[in-house]
Amino acid sequence: MSLRARRISGWSSAIFVVVVVSLVPVLWIVMLSLKTPATATDGSFIPHAWTLSNYSDIFKLGTFTDALRNSIGIALISTALAVLLACAAAYAIARLDFPGKQLILAVSLGVAFFPQISLVGPLYNLWRQIGLYDTWPGLIIPYMTFALPLSIFVLSSFFREIPWELEQAAQIDGATPFQAFRKVIVPLAMPGIVTTFILVFIICWNDFVFAVSLTSTTNAETVPAAISTFPGVSQFTVPYGDIAAAAVVVTVPVMILVLLFQRRIVSGLTAGAVKG
Amino acid sequence: MSTGAVAAPGTAAPPRRRGHLSDRTRSERRLAAMLVGPAAIVMIAVTAYPIIDAVILSLQRADLRFPAQNKFIGLSNYGHVLSAPVWWQDVFHTAIITVITVSFQFVLGMLLALVMHRVIFARGLVRGIALIPYGIVAVVSAYSWQLAFSLNSGWIPKLLGLTSDPLSHTFGLYVAIIIAEIWKNTPFMALLLLAGLALVPDELHEAARIDGATTWQRFTKITLPLMKPAIFVALLFRALDAFRIFDTIYIFGQGAQNTESISMLNYSTLLDRLNLGLGSAVSVLLFVLVGLIALALFLSFGRAATPGGANT
Repeated sequence: MSLRARRISGWSSAIFVVVVVSLVPVLWIVMLSLKTPATATDGSFIPHAWTLSNYSDIFKLGTFTDALRNSIGIALISTALAVLLACAAAYAIARLDFPGKQLILAVSLGVAFFPQISLVGPLYNLWRQIGLYDTWPGLIIPYMTFALPLSIFVLSSFFREIPWELEQAAQIDGATPFQAFRKVIVPLAMPGIVTTFILVFIICWNDFVFAVSLTSTTNAETVPAAISTFPGVSQFTVPYGDIAAAAVVVTVPVMILVLLFQRRIVSGLTAGAVKG
Repeated sequence: MSTGAVAAPGTAAPPRRRGHLSDRTRSERRLAAMLVGPAAIVMIAVTAYPIIDAVILSLQRADLRFPAQNKFIGLSNYGHVLSAPVWWQDVFHTAIITVITVSFQFVLGMLLALVMHRVIFARGLVRGIALIPYGIVAVVSAYSWQLAFSLNSGWIPKLLGLTSDPLSHTFGLYVAIIIAEIWKNTPFMALLLLAGLALVPDELHEAARIDGATTWQRFTKITLPLMKPAIFVALLFRALDAFRIFDTIYIFGQGAQNTESISMLNYSTLLDRLNLGLGSAVSVLLFVLVGLIALALFLSFGRAATPGGANT
């Protein structure tokens, strides 16, 4: 009885620490975004005067709404392309026997460890020559590339677990090959694909290195790059409220994804790590 | 290509070797090439081509402000970088940040992984909340900590009763940057370690407990050795990622107060000073350094990890 009570209180305190440490920086940026400009610099954690004006300000700011549009579009397209290419590759890795399987895994590992900043110079140079600088494709191409290794690792570990014999069993039971694929294989593969999509979307949504180097205007600038160049009222004032409000807006989608899909994120990354 | 080889029966050896391959094997290989090809081509084209381009640029005088003066100058950019104190200082800054953050992330990540693995109630919610720092945009995390530490706006100086800005001197800035990095990346370390924890069979712990082993003994004698492959993967990923640190440094003053990292130096040489030649030399050197670190970790840890490892 007392042992049980002690265990529960031990767990409660461990959980309390994890929750507080994980949430305090998030809460802080939310609180800062709700402070009025006059109280933004008072240093108190909880605002003394509350306001939503920072949010209405940034949505009036063309830079921010454009950046939000760019972020959503670029991240979604990059993710879709990466997952599509990775599905094909992962299917081959999981199901087919071919020479060069180790090679493709080695290339993926190499790309995963690649220092991305090393590509910034040559890409900056090349993109300006061929007109991709400050465009959506100019960011989609590197995002898709750096999302591929993780997509391939996670998807191939998922695909290895699928009981592919079911496809033949369905065909023996009279299903056409297409029916067997659509009714049996697609539902089995879907959880892996959704997991990969979420993990890759987070990577693309979060990027800063390429966003700050390969864009310059609202044409393609994503939110992380836009926040870092928010204009203050004068050169010497930091627009605390605007930065905080914009930070909250880009954080919300990711937080929802993480909280809703934590089981998939955990299983996806742990499976990828063990098998990769 | 393969059909071409089969249609040429003149040479003796290749057809005989091909003869071992059934039609099925051959069509399987063709399908595999078609499926793997696009992903492989994208990865190689978008990384290999620019890095070769970087090598070529690094051998030239290529300053975007003076395009007329472009010319091949051999290794002199490398000489320039390697003889500049700023390069060695930045290597040192980057190494310090990497070693400190990864050590803390390993210890805290292991604790977090144990909590996530063993938590008995509210498991989903606890795991979800613990993963928030992993999902959060790196720039947002950096801003949150920067605005928290800054004397102008933050709650931390107020809480600690500081009167001078912690971000105005090197030590305070390093503390803030390192805390921001540890907070952001510990959950990912924990996830990679969790993968290893899940492979440790409960029966072993049961047996050891019956034999009278303490919790600490069971952790060091059973859990840690069985987790070696996962620990290797986690340290490799985190160390190489930490060594490329850029976002946090950029937000915390773009390398002010001697906090410039190699990636930050690379960025400023390329995009502020527009010196493609010199910047590319830094890029190539960083690329080589990352490769060497990966190799060193593979050699030291990989050999120890593989014999008992479940890695395929």
